[in-house]
Amino acid sequence: MDKFRMIFQFFQSNQESFMNGICGIMALASTQMYSAFDFNCPCLPHYNMAYGLGILLVPPFILFLLGFVLNNNISMLAEEWRRPQGQRGKDSAVLRYMFCSMAQRAMIAPVVWVSVTLLDGKCITCAFCTSVPVETLGNASHLLLSQGEIQRVLARIPCKEIYNGQELIANEVAIRYLRCISQALGWCFVLLMTTLAFLVRSLRPCFSQAAFLKSRYWSHYIDIERKLFDETCAEHARSFAKVCIQQFFEGMRTDLVAARCHLPRKDPEDAGEASKKLLGITDRGTMNMALKSWHRCKPPLHLHSLALPSGNGWAGEGQPPMHPSVPRRETAAYYSLV
Amino acid sequence: MDRFRMIFQYFQSSSESVMNGICGLLALASVKMYTCFDFSCPCLPQYNRAYGLGIMFIPPVILFLCGLILNRQSLVMLDEWRRPQGHRKKDLAVIRYMCSSIMQRAMVAPVIWIIVTLLDGKCLICAFSGSVDPEKFVGFANVSPVQVEQLLAKVPCKDDELMRNNTSYKAVSRYLRYCSQALGWSILLILIVAAFLARWLRPCFNQAALLQARHWSNYIDIEQKIFEETCCEHSRLFAHKCILHFFESMRQEIKMHKFNLPREGEGDEGEEDPLRGITDQDQVNKLLKTWYYEKPPLDVS
Repeated sequence: MDKFRMIFQFFQSNQESFMNGICGIMALASTQMYSAFDFNCPCLPHYNMAYGLGILLVPPFILFLLGFVLNNNISMLAEEWRRPQGQRGKDSAVLRYMFCSMAQRAMIAPVVWVSVTLLDGKCITCAFCTSVPVETLGNASHLLLSQGEIQRVLARIPCKEIYNGQELIANEVAIRYLRCISQALGWCFVLLMTTLAFLVRSLRPCFSQAAFLKSRYWSHYIDIERKLFDETCAEHARSFAKVCIQQFFEGMRTDLVAARCHLPRKDPEDAGEASKKLLGITDRGTMNMALKSWHRCKPPLHLHSLALPSGNGWAGEGQPPMHPSVPRRETAAYYSLV
Repeated sequence: MDRFRMIFQYFQSSSESVMNGICGLLALASVKMYTCFDFSCPCLPQYNRAYGLGIMFIPPVILFLCGLILNRQSLVMLDEWRRPQGHRKKDLAVIRYMCSSIMQRAMVAPVIWIIVTLLDGKCLICAFSGSVDPEKFVGFANVSPVQVEQLLAKVPCKDDELMRNNTSYKAVSRYLRYCSQALGWSILLILIVAAFLARWLRPCFNQAALLQARHWSNYIDIEQKIFEETCCEHSRLFAHKCILHFFESMRQEIKMHKFNLPREGEGDEGEEDPLRGITDQDQVNKLLKTWYYEKPPLDVS
């Protein structure tokens, strides 16, 4: 139990740092994804904006959902939200606290993606290259082109190899202009997010600090209680299985003794430690029988405290050797309160 | 308990070093951000100054706010500042000490960004290329003012066709970089001298008050950590008791409904019964169902 206690203490004190670690890894993963991604602007008038804005906005949404999926506490929140009230009241402040802390952590990777995208500039350049002010930056009156033609030429700005509008507007000038706007947007976005985070963090102690401490305590409690319950059930399952298997072998030995009552039995006092562990099965045939019986007819999930001789003869191979005595079978006849 | 003591001693000795570590990491992050950032001056008269000065001043604000957010002590300080007085008096000197130490640590990364920016020179060249006096440089003699403005705005873009072979534009760029680096080194020198003087002269003024403020600010920090640790320990024990009570109540319920158990005496089910009286598939199912549908009340008295 001490080992469990240490592990639980570690998790409890480091639950927050564990989740922060996952959060940091996702942020790094998002920058890595962006640099690995091969951005290819289509350079066509109607597709540029869809592609550029799609790359800017769809991956953050995916990363946000992924942030929730990777968070272990989401199932805890759902369970606490949906459980019937029963004897324990539900506190909506605790649910709100759990949801807020999960949402905050899930927001970090999308914000990093949007910032990196804006600071890099390729998406905005692709999406808005057809909206460049040609009158101020280039020569609008130089070539008498229709509006559609101008749009087609401007759409090729991000693709330097096929750009053919150098007389209309220089490619470098347009790209520098668009990238400047994109980077300005990027820095403003980062500043806004940081200011929001700062305000949220610093205004909280000024309002409802006591309520916050309460919510934090009970949300940790729910988490710990769930883990401890799972551990207790696992311990119980282990003991259950151990006793069940012991009783199975006991049942086999009993039936064996009953069936082979003409054989001289070994004196129990001479049996040493190792012999005891053999559980009465001492030859190949019996072992094979035991294994077959285990496979064909597992014992019922019902333990009895003492393995008494059942009185049923062992009537051959196919018979399941372990039947508890008849008066014992109907023991659990309780009424469900649910 | 020994383990707790070790952990607490670690926290006590390392609270300052953890903060210093975060401060150092942010400083490194600021240098890395600057080198990764692809600075591209728009080279347009109306936008140059806004872009150049924006890149020089907005990221420092962001880094400063990050320095405040990542510093745990800022929450502790705010907590101490806003708490109701109650039985414990508030000492403004302690709050002031904490505030100043937080601010000092948060200022390191922004200052490093500004200095790196100035020493590199690109931001100042971009921002002030349009403000250079063209008469100081050869090559602007017979050019109209509007054109001069346009040409000067293009100086930061070295790979523009006009700039490549023109010596007077390179002269403007070198001049601005010289100004920027001189400014950068001067600021660095002033800051280091100021830090040196502050550290040397501090023991001459009010050392006792400083020691007191530092002690009590450490104390408040440690107290907060220990309170959180104690709450965690308490919630673990509470949960443990609650679950034991739950298993016990299930066992009682099962006993009440078992009519014919001649052999299962009370003595067999001692305290060490690992099965806690649950010995049947149906009983286990019932236990799990009850755990979900009817969690036990939060009362272990």
